[in-house]
Amino acid sequence: MSYFIQQLLNALQLGSIYALIALGYTMVYGVLGLINFAHGDIFMAGAFFGFFIAVMLKLSLIPTLLLAMFLAAVLGIAIERVAYRPLRKAPRMSLIITALGVSLFLENFTRATLGGQQRSFPKLLNVQEFALGGATVTNLQILIIVVSLVLMLLLRYVVQKTMIGKAMRAVSDNKEVLALMGISLDTVVMATFGIGSALAATAGILVGMAYPVIDPYMGIAVGWKAFIAAVLGGIGLIDGALVGGLILGFVEIFAAALLPSTYRDGIAFAILIIVLLLKPTGLLGRPVVKKV
Amino acid sequence: MSLLHAEHCSMHFKGLKAVQDFTLDLEEGELVGLIGPNGAGKTTVFNMLTGVYVPTEGKIFFQGQEITKAKAWQINQGGIARTFQNIRLFGDMTVLDNIRVALSFRIRYKMLDAVLRWSQYQKEETRVIEESMELLRLFHLDGKQHFLAKNLPYGEQRRLEIARALATKPKLLLLDEPAAGMNNKESEELMQLIRWIREHFNLTILLIEHHMPVVMGICERIKVLDFGQTIAEGTPLEIQSNKRVIEAYLGEEVED
Amino acid sequence: MSKSRSKRLGFWLVILALGVGMEALGQFEIIDGYVMQVIELIGINIILVASLNLINGFLGEFAIGHAGFMALGAYISAIGTVKFHLPFVVALLVGGLLTAGVAYLIGIPAFKTFGDYLAVITLGFNMIIVNLLNNIEYVGGPRGMVGLPKSTNFLWVFATTILTLVILRNLVYSNYGRVWIAIRENVIAAEMMGINVNRAKLKAFAIAGFFAGLAGALWGHMLQYINPSSFTYLKSTDMLVMLYLGGLGSLTGSVLGATLMTGLLEVLRDFGVWRMVISPLILLIIMLTRPLGLLGNREPRFVVPKEPKAAEEVSHNVPAAR
Repeated sequence: MSYFIQQLLNALQLGSIYALIALGYTMVYGVLGLINFAHGDIFMAGAFFGFFIAVMLKLSLIPTLLLAMFLAAVLGIAIERVAYRPLRKAPRMSLIITALGVSLFLENFTRATLGGQQRSFPKLLNVQEFALGGATVTNLQILIIVVSLVLMLLLRYVVQKTMIGKAMRAVSDNKEVLALMGISLDTVVMATFGIGSALAATAGILVGMAYPVIDPYMGIAVGWKAFIAAVLGGIGLIDGALVGGLILGFVEIFAAALLPSTYRDGIAFAILIIVLLLKPTGLLGRPVVKKV
Repeated sequence: MSLLHAEHCSMHFKGLKAVQDFTLDLEEGELVGLIGPNGAGKTTVFNMLTGVYVPTEGKIFFQGQEITKAKAWQINQGGIARTFQNIRLFGDMTVLDNIRVALSFRIRYKMLDAVLRWSQYQKEETRVIEESMELLRLFHLDGKQHFLAKNLPYGEQRRLEIARALATKPKLLLLDEPAAGMNNKESEELMQLIRWIREHFNLTILLIEHHMPVVMGICERIKVLDFGQTIAEGTPLEIQSNKRVIEAYLGEEVED
Repeated sequence: MSKSRSKRLGFWLVILALGVGMEALGQFEIIDGYVMQVIELIGINIILVASLNLINGFLGEFAIGHAGFMALGAYISAIGTVKFHLPFVVALLVGGLLTAGVAYLIGIPAFKTFGDYLAVITLGFNMIIVNLLNNIEYVGGPRGMVGLPKSTNFLWVFATTILTLVILRNLVYSNYGRVWIAIRENVIAAEMMGINVNRAKLKAFAIAGFFAGLAGALWGHMLQYINPSSFTYLKSTDMLVMLYLGGLGSLTGSVLGATLMTGLLEVLRDFGVWRMVISPLILLIIMLTRPLGLLGNREPRFVVPKEPKAAEEVSHNVPAAR
């Protein structure tokens, strides 16, 4: 039983990380219809921002987090401005290939400038253990889960209640409404990339603290998993990211308990393929009708 | 036995009833019009008949065979061809290749023949080019066979689309607003063309059209849809004086 | 002799001279082994990129996991030569054919989706294949397979490359290719023209898989050593870079893209990891300046096969319309 609770906590922790990153994929997809392959690398960049802020400026957890979120947002917006915006009217394939190119560039540029070795992430939190029904839970685990949940609720509020959030939803449904609201598409896209990147940076720092090493290629696997989570829940849907992230977290943790851990990635992708085949619009998505 | 028989067909999307209880019988050689205000469900009827959608309810028979759940390509090979409201040519292919694609399922050579350019390939391609050119000639598109379809003027694109549909050798041709975007002179020419292809290719034609002179001028029988329901059926004369039809169209004009 | 015909003949003579010349230079060791290997790599990449072009360029679908097929070809042929001591040519063909079969089987579920989703599924299969290879002890797990015979040489690569290009060209300029391009141009209209779209896509996928498998087999028997990490999505991305550099829907573009990019990566070898920064940067610059690549949808006249000569005038005794 205690083993089960332990695994449940681990799954919850992993799932909330996936969900945080999945939000960025899903938001960009909702607004631009683009799979932003570079998003996983913004997660990586966020972790590195956090690393350097903590090591060089010697800031504590909250300021480190906030500053890294800001820097990642700037990076995300800059990428959109330089690489994606000129292609907004180009064939979609060109845009996706560009995203792939940005992703590779970020990974390899980081490696070329900072080196490919793993770096141990500074201790931003004094890790303490608690007993919970026979299982041990750390304050770090609780922090990860709480921060993720709070940010997701905050995002939900922003999207539901604020002007910019309503504009984001309008873009995916009806572009004409946008003009009526007096908000330009560029503003909405900027906000989307900014928020999504800040969330990814948060995830990056949380992962850095939990594992506690970071490297230039850490965004590949996690990024893909998060993307799978987004598709699983229904890409373009905020709630879908949460549902997908948690499910993927649970499946991975419990599959790892049954199978050799080397199969983990394969299983994640197998799930993705099965979901895409059975319900391409995701668990929470509605079916699309083809128009003739 | 009628050529096409659709009984009590309905099409629902997420609660939206696009077409309800649609029934249609087409006799061989008939030229029937399908009219109705925007959003009445006319194109949805075409999509059901051609296998783009499977009707939520009802059955469709073609030459006595049930085709309700058949795939679009099976239905086309079985003898129904169509054009599209928004022209759907293969834009980056030549005019000739647009026709050749329509002939493709009748082309009899294997992959190996194509790779090695064996005589079977030569023979079949020669036949297909000749057949295509003849069709293009009938539609006054010869001389433009090497143009990309997307570079043709609008009227010629419409004609090419009809020629391409005919290349599949249908018994029943469905035309979705062939006169859209045409002026009076052009639509007059189009009417003659439609009459002529019906004679020449022994066709049965079902036509969606907004342009009333065209519909009234060539159709022998007209079916009127409004909000997915059939509200009238009859000869052009009967339809013109039908009160419900007039109301349906008036309603549309008021909204405009 | 007509001008276009002599141009065609000239083209083939140049190709032949290129093959014979290279082989001679290699035999007399005027070109050293290292350079020869780079040239072989160019040929292998041409096969990969041209076959990928069939899917992404001509069929207009979006597959981004080609390295998975390459891996299958490499492993299957290696099992053939190392474990069963098959002759190289047999192993090569078995590698290609079995990969084609797997591609066909993967295509059946994959083509139920399209666009971005197809991209994700193909990449997913790429990752699953690599993941499985990592876990199968029979093929060495993460260590991979060693001791492959050095069967691949310049002539093998050259002949396979030319054959691949000619076969793909003849298919593209035939009823098969027209159907693929029609699907790319307008899938609904294609289906309404009696085309079994799904079957046509599966054919293209299997053919692309076959050639990717061949390329993998050649590659494995060139390096004499294969392991799963050579076939990750980074390899697939390399192929996409070459494909998009050369241009979609152009076999000449594929040759150009593969040659330029492979050559460039070799030239940049001294730059170490910066090489891996420069190549995506080039991709970005191409995408931003020429979204269709260098030769998008264009093919030089002299490589396009001639149409059969149809009778110019067809007699018909029906009056024309109007």
